[in-house]
Amino acid sequence: MKHFHALGLGAVAALGMTALSMLPASAAWEPTKPVEFIVPAGTGGGADQMARTLQGIIAKHSLMSTQLVVINKSGGAGGEGFLDVKNAKGNPHKIVITLSNLFTTPLATGIPFNWKDMTPVAMLALDEFVLWVNASEPYKTAGDYVAAIKAAPDGTFKMGGTGSKSEDQIITVAFEKAVGKKMTYIPYKGGGEVAVQLVGGHINSSVNNPIEAVSQWRGDKVRPLCVFDSKTLPYTDKILGDLSWSSVPTCVSSGVDVEYLMLRGIFMPPGVTDEQVAYFVELFKKVRETPEWKQLMKDGAFNQTFMAGAEFKTWLEAAEATHKGLMQEAGFIAGN
Amino acid sequence: MFENFINLYHGFHIAADPFNILLMAVGILLGVIIGVLPGLGGANGVAILLPLTFSMSPTSAIILLTCIYWGALFGGAITSVLFNIPGEPWSVATTFDGHPMARNGKAGEALTAAFTSSFVGAFVAVIMITLIAPLVAQFALQFGPAEKFAVYFLAFASFVGMSKEPPAKTIVSMMIGFALAAVGLDMVTGQLRLTFGSTELLNGFDFLIAVIGLFGIGEILLTMEEGLEFRGKAAKIDPRIVWKTWKTLPKYWATSLRSCIIGCWMGITPAGATPASFMAYGVAKRISKNGKNFGNGEIEGVIAPETAAHAAGTSAMLPMLALGVPGSPTAAVLLGGLLIWGLQPGPMLFVEQSEFVWGLIASMYLGNVVGLILVLTTVPLFASILRIPFSIIAPVILVICAIGAYTVNNNVFDVIMMLVFGVLGYVLKKTNYPLAPLVLAIVLGDSAEEAFRQSLLSSGGSLGIFFSNGLVSTIMGIGIIAGIWPLLQIALNRFRRVAQPA
Repeated sequence: MKHFHALGLGAVAALGMTALSMLPASAAWEPTKPVEFIVPAGTGGGADQMARTLQGIIAKHSLMSTQLVVINKSGGAGGEGFLDVKNAKGNPHKIVITLSNLFTTPLATGIPFNWKDMTPVAMLALDEFVLWVNASEPYKTAGDYVAAIKAAPDGTFKMGGTGSKSEDQIITVAFEKAVGKKMTYIPYKGGGEVAVQLVGGHINSSVNNPIEAVSQWRGDKVRPLCVFDSKTLPYTDKILGDLSWSSVPTCVSSGVDVEYLMLRGIFMPPGVTDEQVAYFVELFKKVRETPEWKQLMKDGAFNQTFMAGAEFKTWLEAAEATHKGLMQEAGFIAGN
Repeated sequence: MFENFINLYHGFHIAADPFNILLMAVGILLGVIIGVLPGLGGANGVAILLPLTFSMSPTSAIILLTCIYWGALFGGAITSVLFNIPGEPWSVATTFDGHPMARNGKAGEALTAAFTSSFVGAFVAVIMITLIAPLVAQFALQFGPAEKFAVYFLAFASFVGMSKEPPAKTIVSMMIGFALAAVGLDMVTGQLRLTFGSTELLNGFDFLIAVIGLFGIGEILLTMEEGLEFRGKAAKIDPRIVWKTWKTLPKYWATSLRSCIIGCWMGITPAGATPASFMAYGVAKRISKNGKNFGNGEIEGVIAPETAAHAAGTSAMLPMLALGVPGSPTAAVLLGGLLIWGLQPGPMLFVEQSEFVWGLIASMYLGNVVGLILVLTTVPLFASILRIPFSIIAPVILVICAIGAYTVNNNVFDVIMMLVFGVLGYVLKKTNYPLAPLVLAIVLGDSAEEAFRQSLLSSGGSLGIFFSNGLVSTIMGIGIIAGIWPLLQIALNRFRRVAQPA
């Protein structure tokens, strides 16, 4: 009887989903062995932190009948992880979390994969980018900083970022275009390292994600100038004095016409069934309701857009085109 | 500083809770097991167990996880000494003299020396953290790419000329290491290098795979050739061996002290435990009056790297807590844990979460004492493993190595690579090419190259950046002197010979 009950619940859940309401009610699927959670990045970075938080939330609230095992496959700017998923055709016990390297890695390195080689499951959130300077610098606004860059020769100001030909450098190139002056881009291994290099004064600015630099901001070591989003962030908890995420203006409003958001999404291998995808969409919907997830969103000042199904695919198409355009302009495409 | 002591006292109250002491013992034991299994390093162990700790209080959880880390640090020495297989990157230097000691029938002495020095190194580092935590965090901030490169340069330089083999062979071996380290993604340009279109090579050559193969498999091949005998078989197992060894240790205080300083410094910068262990070994060999005997089973050659590795491993916790920069892969996973518990590592952690921080620091003191007692009682046990016939133990080692190699990236290709490295290790040993420079180059080659190119990017291509301030110039200066020291010695000896014709 218990078995039937579980089946019934699953079917109701599947029915509840608009995208999948056409499915026969008897086909609810559940994992039968531990699910591998691939992180196409190293330990300790933003994607890894999110994956491990998800693992913790799912284990703590018993949201899955089997275990979720986080595995880092960071080789070739994450290409290793994506290829692993691409080659696991039809395996429903494998999911992967993405960052912008979903689009940038195949373009920059020529490693043969594309998001269409995998099955999109859901967008969990979008990660914001903020322009940071050292708190001891005189620039109080993005305008001040831009004026200083404009007044100096090309390459005087140093921008630190994570990796090469990745989201941070794309933003830097777009920023340079908006300002009309070249900067010196210095790639580091991880976002935390970039934040510390900024505190130590080895670089002039960074485009760290909020979560990577928030603790340095709380300690009054760095200052956020503007956020690369179309509207200001909704989080009003005080971080330093009276300042909160919501008091950081958008870059566009500060005269720097650059917007960029990074996908934190979930994909599965190609060839999995709709019921299997539906199971994970439901799982992550449940995760989003937990207090731990809400806390993570608040700590990292994430953009909490959630998407699945056709809507997600449309978003991915557009994002891929944007990345291709940005990378082409910057001359980051492999073989060029 | 007085305030620190009051905080520490409160910390001890939290850490000395019976449940927490139990967690320490469990953590150390798990850590030792993890350390013994090559490949299943501290980072993996901590990552696997991290979700289990979410139901505990953050202080208890971090005590359990850091104790696994201490245990893995201790455990890494065991396989290095017994089988010439470093369980962890920072135990490579321990094999240089630790394994020869085991072959000479002194496995017990080597293990005791390794464990005791580990303890001394860690303890000194914790004392340093207690006394000067804020100052140290400030110092770490001064390290940009140029300073980091200078530290790596010093590590390479203090290693040059220390092997008995001809310099040309050392250079060949080091260059093979650099070439292997270059495989995979080039961080600075974002391009793939030397992968020849193969997807297996995307990840480059993992250091652990190379080491398990070169040392572990290579050693087994050599032993097979030499008649299927463990050369350490004659080891007499004496339960009082710990005490006997302890009586000889105080006379090496100078080596210990030097290694502590090197270790603490490298841990903070944060260059990490692995370069610290190599540098300490190199320096000890240079300065010790038994230096000529290093590599043949000299106890000082075990003390130096082990002390430094643990001092570095422990002091690496400080930049993690104070700056949010992990000093090691294990620390990176711990950092992820801190965030999940709602603790933001960074400049404010010491102020806002002082109970947690001082509880952790107190647990470092207690955890290391508990760890030392636990591992020392196992010395006779582990030393007696060598009495098991080779024909039984060799397949076991092979299987453990294969599992270890697989665990690093969950990749069967790595197991094949391990065997290839094994054959390479055998060939290099037979032809008297030193393995240490190769390993050093694989471990540090990537980071050194990265720091070098980051420096040049930020200076616009000028080498002047390596002498642009007092700190970096001093480190580079010491590095250059260390690098040309063998030449200086030769010149000096010639000069003496000319001056006093015999």
